[in-house]
Formats: sequence, structure tokens, C-alpha cells
Amino acid sequence: MSRWRRDKILLWALRSCACLAGTLLFLIVLFLFIEAAPALSNIAFTHFITDTGWHPVEGLYNLSPMLMGTLWATLGALLVATPLGVLSAVFCHYYAPPAVATPYRRLIELLAGIPSVVYGFWGLVMVVPFIAQYQPPGASLLAGIIVLTLMILPTIALIADASFANVPSHYLHSAAALGLSRWTTVAQIILPTAKPGLITAIVLATGRAIGETMAVLMVCGNVVNAPQSVFEPIRTLTANIALEMAYAVGNHRAALFVSGLALLIMIVALIILAERANGHRQHA
Amino acid sequence: MGRAAIWMWAGLWIWLALGLSLSGCSKDRQPTTQTGNKLSGKIVLTGSSTVAPLASEMAKRFEALHPGVRVDVQTGGSSRGIADTRQGLADVGMVSRSLKRNETDLMAFPVARDGIGIIVHEDNALSQLNVDQVAAIYTGKVTNWATVGGSNAPITVINKAEGRSTLELFLQHFRLKNSEIRAHVVIGDNEQGVKTVAGNPHAIGYVSIGTAESDAEHGVPIKLLPLDGTEATTNTVADGSYPLSRVLHFVTKEEPTGLSKAFIEYARSSAVHPIIEVQSFVAMAP
Repeated sequence: MSRWRRDKILLWALRSCACLAGTLLFLIVLFLFIEAAPALSNIAFTHFITDTGWHPVEGLYNLSPMLMGTLWATLGALLVATPLGVLSAVFCHYYAPPAVATPYRRLIELLAGIPSVVYGFWGLVMVVPFIAQYQPPGASLLAGIIVLTLMILPTIALIADASFANVPSHYLHSAAALGLSRWTTVAQIILPTAKPGLITAIVLATGRAIGETMAVLMVCGNVVNAPQSVFEPIRTLTANIALEMAYAVGNHRAALFVSGLALLIMIVALIILAERANGHRQHA
Repeated sequence: MGRAAIWMWAGLWIWLALGLSLSGCSKDRQPTTQTGNKLSGKIVLTGSSTVAPLASEMAKRFEALHPGVRVDVQTGGSSRGIADTRQGLADVGMVSRSLKRNETDLMAFPVARDGIGIIVHEDNALSQLNVDQVAAIYTGKVTNWATVGGSNAPITVINKAEGRSTLELFLQHFRLKNSEIRAHVVIGDNEQGVKTVAGNPHAIGYVSIGTAESDAEHGVPIKLLPLDGTEATTNTVADGSYPLSRVLHFVTKEEPTGLSKAFIEYARSSAVHPIIEVQSFVAMAP
């Protein structure tokens, strides 16, 4: 078999893989649209934003409190997990002695591997009762943020760690030659160089936080409510689908697929934003 | 670029064709045959998630008795059970309530009873509630336990998610609309409700009595409150004196024949009473 022939086989194999991935995604989106179509045509779009609540059985379809719930929980978890994750990676990579850094890295990897339902169960039996002692009912946005933070922290820490490892070593040598302090090196050289990697970390973490269902379902209270404080319960879009899909028929079911579409649009918007952010930084 | 696009489309059509042929397959029914005393074939049950665990246990026993038989049990709620049975997607539907007035085109067979109990934390000083008090708590007119004779603490109201038959029965019994309920926590299944109450001394919720009774016996710190003076136990559900109870049904589109008939007869025989008790339900009086 000639070299060209082998190349050709590889090319076809790669093409079919790409084709498969592309079609699968396309079919999923198509399916979402088909299933959501009855709701989109029967229910005026304004219903999803202006109805007085989410009571599909009574014909009320307001999705916006759940959209807010998803956004607040994700944003809250990101605000806590990003600095923690990045700083823990900085510690692991530049400050910790190898005897500490290796077990620490394994620990974070282990944390990343824990299934979300375990985090949810821990949240339900530990975090929620703890918050309830001070601010009943306990099942709240805060509980959701705490559990989500724990879940996305390892994602951020591991990807940040990997992107620090990709910083060219001559940068570090030059910094050392200039006599820069370790913190100056980290803050002025490492972090700006690793920025695209850090943004990827944040995007992946956001994706995980938005998409997380089980853990959030168990600790957030699931009341459809635009929260006024972190102690109030919320329902996220994913939790809404998981709670009601098994029991929904007709317009109710289609409206749940509309929440699925809303989620998809949120994630697409997020990816576009992240691409933009990355693009600007690389050109600057 | 142009060629890549062509291949994307080709792939799409292949997948569509594959999807269609697969969905076509699932609609093919193996014919139910009955030769002499030997049953064989497959029946599909869909519906209430309350009935489903019970039905799958019955199905396992039934399959063991009749080796040629497959009983496929799928959940999706009572409404799905009704819809699937009507459309012929399921041979038997599982419904965790009585049939509504617009559902009388179906035939219903009672299988077991289930009661819904009001649960609070073990440490709650309250010893009973009446219907008006429960309604007032759930509509947010009463927000502190002191108002209904408990200690001075804010009430955490636990409600079920929309579409669940437990919620439907609860609303119907207390003459409420779901939009009137001021809940602090919304839960999916019974166990989540029990765990939420166990973790919050000021919470109130409602779950299947069978589930609550067996959890309480196993040391979970919850208690079932008597409703209007009637103790909430599996015994009061069995004799029909407990007001907030429901009958679990199997439904069929027409007079059942063959395999469906045999399965429904088995499910209503005393042979399955031990299964019903293990599943924390109450057997129908003979």
C-alpha cells in the first residue's frame, strides 16, 4: 500500500468522523425545534416572558424566572470558582514543592471525577440543613452556588494548570534573569500569556454549570421564582426539564422543549462571546 | 469546502433514514399468541411512576411464571399512561388516580391503594392538622408554626412538581390551584420529599404514606400527621377511612384479551399481595 493510499484512507476516515459529529449535532438541534414547534406556534412568544408564572397546566408559561435562576447560579459559581481555581493552579504550578504539588493535583483530578449526583446528595443532607439553621428554607440559590462552585472548581484548576504548563519556559528564564519576583512573574507574564487557556477554562466551567441538572435539582428548592436574595429558592431551566418532562403532555411538553432551546441559545451566545474575547486578546 | 458540504448532507440523510427505520421497528408489535395454557409474546405498560415499580415487580414474577412472556414497563406519569393506551402505544396503562370524567372511554382495573400523608420533622411539636390548616399553610395564609399550635418558627412549605399525580390528588382534596400555593421547595419524587423534611425541622410536605411509614420505621426523623383526626397509616388507607388516598389502576382501551387479560388478572390476585406490601402500598380488599 502506497503512502498516498494510506493518506487517502485516513482522509476518508477523518471525513466520516467529522461528518458523523456534525450530523449528530444538527439532528439534535432539529429534534429540539420539531418538539418545540407546537409550543412556538400555539403560544405567542410574549407568553414566555410576560405570563404571571410557570403553571403550564393552567396555561401560564413564563420562562424568564428560570432563565434568571440559571444565570444567577452560574454567575455566582463562576465568581467564586474562577479566582479559587486559577489561584490554586498558580499555587500548584509555581509555589508548591513537588511533594505537595503532585498529590494536590491528583486530589483536584479526583474532585473532577465525582459524579454530580453525589455532590447533589451531599448538598441536600449537609449544605441545605446548614443554611436552613440560619435562613430557612435552606434550599436556595446559595446552596446551588456552593455545590456548583465545587463542581466547576476542578475544571478551572486543571485547565488553568495545563495552560500554565504551556507557557514557554524561556519566558520564565528571562523573568528570572531580569530578577523579577515570583509574584510579578506570575501576574505580569504568566497570567497574560496563559489568558486564552484561562478563558477556555472559564467557558468549559460555565458550560458545565449551566448544564448541571441533578445536583442543582436537589439543593435549589426548584420554586419558580426570580430571586431577591441568595437565600431564596430558584429553579434552573435544566431542573425544570428534569422535574416535569416525565409527566408533561401536549403544550406543557413542547414548552419544556422551548426551555431546552433557550438553554442551547444561551450556550451558543456564551461560546460566541468567548471566541470574541479570545480573538481580541490574541490580536492585542 | 463544497465537497465537505456534500458529505455533511449525505451523512445527514443516512442518519435520518436510520432513525426512521429504527422508529419504524419499535412500532412493530410481536403478535400475542396463546396456544392452550402456554402464554407467549410481549406487552407494554406505560404510565404513573408511582405504579411503575409495583408493576415491574409483578412483571418479573409473571415472566418467571410464563417463560415465553416479556412485560415491558415504562414510566412517564399517569397522563402518559392514558395517552399511550388510547393511541395503542401501550397495551396497559398505569394510572395512580381514578379516571377523570373525560377518560371513561378506557376500562380501569384497581390494583392497589396508596395514601398521601402530611409529613413534618420528628421534632415538630405539632400533633395534628385539619384540612383548613393545611390549605392555609400551603396558600401562605399561615407562615408560622405558632399560628397552628406549634413552636414559633417559620414554616417551610414543600410542594410537588407540576404534572405529578400526587400533586393532582393533593390539590383536588384541598380544593386548591397550583398557582395559589406558596411553596419554598419543589420536589420530584417521594424520597426527595422525605429527605428534605428530615433535613429541615420546620418543613411540611406530603408524600406517599407507604414510603413515609417505612422510612419513619427505619429511623428517618419524620412523622406522619393525622389528618382531620384520622391517623395516617397503611391500615387506615386499607379500610378506606383515611380521606387523602387514591386507588392505583391499570387501564386498557378495550376489554382486555390474551396476555393483557392474564397479566391484569395476575396483578389483581392475592398472589401479588406480598409484592404490594413490600412496595409500601396497600392491597385492595378482596
